[in-house]
Amino acid sequence: MADIPHDASASAPPAELGEMELYHPRSWWTKYVFSQDAKVIAIQYAVTAFGIGFVALVLSWLIRLQLGFPGTFNFISPEAYYQFITMHGMIMVVYLLTALFLGGFGNYLIPLMVGARDMVFPYANMLSYWIYLVAVLVLVASFFVPGGPTGAGWTLYPPQAIMSNTPGQQGGIILMLVSLALFIIGFTMGGLNYTVTVLQARTRGMTLMRMPLTVWGIFVATVMALLAFPALFVAAVMMLFDKLLGTSFFMPTLVEFGQQLSYGGGSPILFQHLFWFFGHPEVYIVALPAFGIVSDLIATHARRNIFGYRMMVWAIVIIGALSFIVWAHHMYVSGMNPYFGFFFATTTLIIAVPTAIKVYNWVLTLWRGDIHFTTPMLFALGFIVTFVNGGLSGLFLGNVVIDVPLSDTMFVVAHFHMVMGVAPIMVIFGAIYHWYPKVTGRMLSEGLGKFHFWVTFVGAYLIFFPMHYVGLTGAPRRYFETTDIAVVPDSAMALNAFISVMAFIVGFAQLVFIFNLVWSLKNGKHAGGNPWRATSLEWQTPKTPPEHGNWGKELPVVYRWAYDYSVPGAPEDFIAQNQPAVAGREAST
Amino acid sequence: MVVAWVMVAVVVGSIAFHLLSPWWFPPLASNWGYIDDTTILTFWITGIVFAAVVLFMAYCLFRFRHRDGNTARYEPENKRLETWLVTLTAAGVIAMLTPGLFVWAQFVSVPEDAMEIEVIGQQWLWNYRLPGEDGQLGRADNRFVNFDNPLGIDPEDPAGQDDYMIIGGELVLPVDAPVRFGLRSVDVLHNFYVPEIRAKMDMIPGSVTYFWATLTQEGSYEILCAELCGTGHSYMRGGFRAVTQDEYDQWLGTQMTFAEFAS
Amino acid sequence: MIAILAFLTVVALLVLWWISRQGLMVKPWLETDSVATLGGADQPRLPPAQIGLGIFLAVVGSLFALLISAYVLRAQLGDWRGFPLPGIVWANSLPLLAASLALEWARVRARHGDIMLAQAGVIGGMGAAAVFIAGQLWAWTILTANGYAITSGPAGSFFYLMTAAHGLHVIGGIVALARPIAKIRRADDVAAIRLSIDLAATYWLFMLLVWVVLLLVLSGWAAAFLALCGRIIAGSG
Ligand code: HEM
Ligand SMILES: [Cu+2]
Ligand SMILES: [Cu+2]
Repeated sequence: MADIPHDASASAPPAELGEMELYHPRSWWTKYVFSQDAKVIAIQYAVTAFGIGFVALVLSWLIRLQLGFPGTFNFISPEAYYQFITMHGMIMVVYLLTALFLGGFGNYLIPLMVGARDMVFPYANMLSYWIYLVAVLVLVASFFVPGGPTGAGWTLYPPQAIMSNTPGQQGGIILMLVSLALFIIGFTMGGLNYTVTVLQARTRGMTLMRMPLTVWGIFVATVMALLAFPALFVAAVMMLFDKLLGTSFFMPTLVEFGQQLSYGGGSPILFQHLFWFFGHPEVYIVALPAFGIVSDLIATHARRNIFGYRMMVWAIVIIGALSFIVWAHHMYVSGMNPYFGFFFATTTLIIAVPTAIKVYNWVLTLWRGDIHFTTPMLFALGFIVTFVNGGLSGLFLGNVVIDVPLSDTMFVVAHFHMVMGVAPIMVIFGAIYHWYPKVTGRMLSEGLGKFHFWVTFVGAYLIFFPMHYVGLTGAPRRYFETTDIAVVPDSAMALNAFISVMAFIVGFAQLVFIFNLVWSLKNGKHAGGNPWRATSLEWQTPKTPPEHGNWGKELPVVYRWAYDYSVPGAPEDFIAQNQPAVAGREAST
Repeated sequence: MVVAWVMVAVVVGSIAFHLLSPWWFPPLASNWGYIDDTTILTFWITGIVFAAVVLFMAYCLFRFRHRDGNTARYEPENKRLETWLVTLTAAGVIAMLTPGLFVWAQFVSVPEDAMEIEVIGQQWLWNYRLPGEDGQLGRADNRFVNFDNPLGIDPEDPAGQDDYMIIGGELVLPVDAPVRFGLRSVDVLHNFYVPEIRAKMDMIPGSVTYFWATLTQEGSYEILCAELCGTGHSYMRGGFRAVTQDEYDQWLGTQMTFAEFAS
Repeated sequence: MIAILAFLTVVALLVLWWISRQGLMVKPWLETDSVATLGGADQPRLPPAQIGLGIFLAVVGSLFALLISAYVLRAQLGDWRGFPLPGIVWANSLPLLAASLALEWARVRARHGDIMLAQAGVIGGMGAAAVFIAGQLWAWTILTANGYAITSGPAGSFFYLMTAAHGLHVIGGIVALARPIAKIRRADDVAAIRLSIDLAATYWLFMLLVWVVLLLVLSGWAAAFLALCGRIIAGSG
């Protein structure tokens, strides 16, 4: 086999196309604060998301204090409790996970992975972040208005959400709705960037089927978000009208304190349809980027091509499309026409097939691999276990009859935490350990990383696996206390206390992670350009961290797919995407 | 290496936990045993899949861990294997879905002879309306709700006059006869949930939702609200007793009708 | 949710058509290029702004489809009463149509390089759109004065909500029209001016389309038409 020239890019044809005008920062302010560089914006997104995410983590401790040790902590009133769960849920789903995957990872990785200099609309990209920041600040502000933040549950179901017996019905709910609307506007600006960059700014040779799965996952998730978020937007605006202008979109004739309210003629179910038309795709908006990223982590650290790349791509696209016709599986017991149950149970279980294929392919990538147990790999493995677990409990809830007894119990809480809480967060951690060296030029400490992994993985499993069984006994979710429920035995309360203790342990492990992030910035090992010996383009930048414009003088040219690991006959166990083939092909099996 | 063993431990531990767990559905008190059966079937199928996937993964981690001289095999895809896996998965999904849909078909078809009753939720209290001599309930709407008519029964409708009203008290129902639970709310969403019955449904102001069940076990149960309905949500409980038909008739005689209540 | 599903079906078909030309069936691991095979330039690509606008219109389309879905879901409940559309709302279609035509004309002129005429078209479009907005505000005033305020019932609330959403998009469009004008004033590159007018004209065409659909839905014609189709199908089958 002919050897492959290592400075291949020197002999590659120059990229005449795909170059665009690059914006040039003129001052410190425009370089680091009002920056239009996607990499800086990515970090801004990530830091903000982690900041507000930390609030949600602290809230989860307060929730667990109350559930594990009811009656012990008098400062947690029912009002406060409902405010905690609402803000915890909303922050985790929207302001942390969505913002981090799309705004954070999307911004950093898309241009680098497709070989672009930046996003195509850098100015809109910058605005996207600043609007997101305002949305977060509005949300935070709701903690400080009279009445506090809304306690309507993260689903914000009317009529309850805007009525007197719900905490935060004065200012909190208004700020929540405004903040969501802002978030959506900001996201749309970013989302246009992510999609158009993938479509139009790929470098020469980067066909769609040569893109790393990370890009595929983020791309499809963004398309879904662009089409699904308007549903939440419409719902939020309509509810604001009901609250502020006295319309009755969602408000039927009803009675409060023995008095008829002036509302009438609205439909609460309408809100639920709109909410879940956004809400279900939202689950996959969080999951698909995680699917993509974890595929790349596994391939890189098992030194093996991702198994069944084409199936993986198709599965992402099919899951994305199907997830628009399953929303009402969240409404089986909502009182909607029960005959819808047949349709939605069927579509829901059909999605299980492409999802299962993805799981098989991850595991089959390990088969006959050369597995390095690095921290990113450990987190990827943790993801597989928790995702499989959460996905399987989803088959219970998707199958309409089983959902009837289980809906609105702690079983549901356990399920969605496993599948869209723990699993994607495992990927986020893995991804950070994986790409931190590219972002900062230094490695994170592996020792602290392993500690972080073990405590988080084992701890989170011990929190959420037993929680399913609390739900099986019949303990409803969103209960301030479950002590005196006839069907919930005392032993389940002991289990609850155990879960709470684990939640604290897991929470504190995150402090170790944050310490690692900060400490390694100055003290981490120098990483070099490509510490994991990975194939995809972001590892082939001339400088690490990549400078503004990413690629120096010339854009890279792509000659192969992103998974040429352990190619027989090749001198090394990986071939970067920008290395041309010399004598035909290296391998064909 | 350690990871491989931890994965095995996760599988063994989870299965052991499941088998030893004292935490399970409360004893069944209605005809919805099929729901339990479907659940158990699903536990079996998903349990096997979970164990198979994670154990296979543990094996891979052990067998293909990095050692000097070990190289990964280059194999982009394997059509046959993937086709097999898709087929098997589809079969498993069908095995779970089919019984589910059959049971659902029963769930949505209320027996003709079901006794109609109504549960009316209000922050944070359970009220009921039971048919009087005419065996049917009169019309009702939140428009009619006022101090003398807390359940919003249409005063014009003669069928409503003999309806029995129970405000905040205990609900008593006969066993062995199908009951159609009509569900209403005068304010926000609630959800009528008796864990032993299995069936539950949201209650929505402005519409009447429903489910049906036949009670099979005499006894006292607790009604929980299972849809967040404001600050008092977790305290919205009610008492519920399933008794023989005779005891039911006797109890009903001691309740107040709408006509009596209004006068 | 019929409207949004129908809309998404159209989007999905477009995506499918596009995706079918992207070689999603190739086996990328068999397609390694060498320097020689990758010679030559790439296919010319559409300007990003045009793709961006296309996607943005899909988002806006989904917003309106959702509003219509909500409207239809609500209208199906028993106690629905329609809302009288005043004549002025119908008449308002004319300025919107004029704005769209003016921009189409500007598009053609710009393509021929008559920048000054194109500018006249853009300004004309702005004027017509401003008339539309004024007309809409007037319609609202009349309705409110006649007792059809925003709280007068579900149909009324939907009317105000939907026309407000459309009106805001039109106002946004007017503001965006300042861009081609600024470009012309700065005597930018002709291609840039042409692109910017092109984008504007497409956007306005879309706003006209949304308006027509909204009118059909709010007036009940769409429902009547669908009912008729249903009867024809039922009759023939
Ligand atoms: C250490 C981590 C976490 C712990 C201990 C935790 C714990 C909890 C608890 C106890 C509840 C309330 C259950 C109830 O009474 O109904 C809850 C609700 C919720 N959590 Fe978490 N959580 C964690 C992380 C996450 C993450 C990462 C997500 C992201 C998906 C998330 C999303 C939610 C949502 C959506 C709710 C529902 C809120 C509602 O009912 O309105 N949580 N969490
Ligand atoms: Cu869902
Ligand atoms: Cu409740």
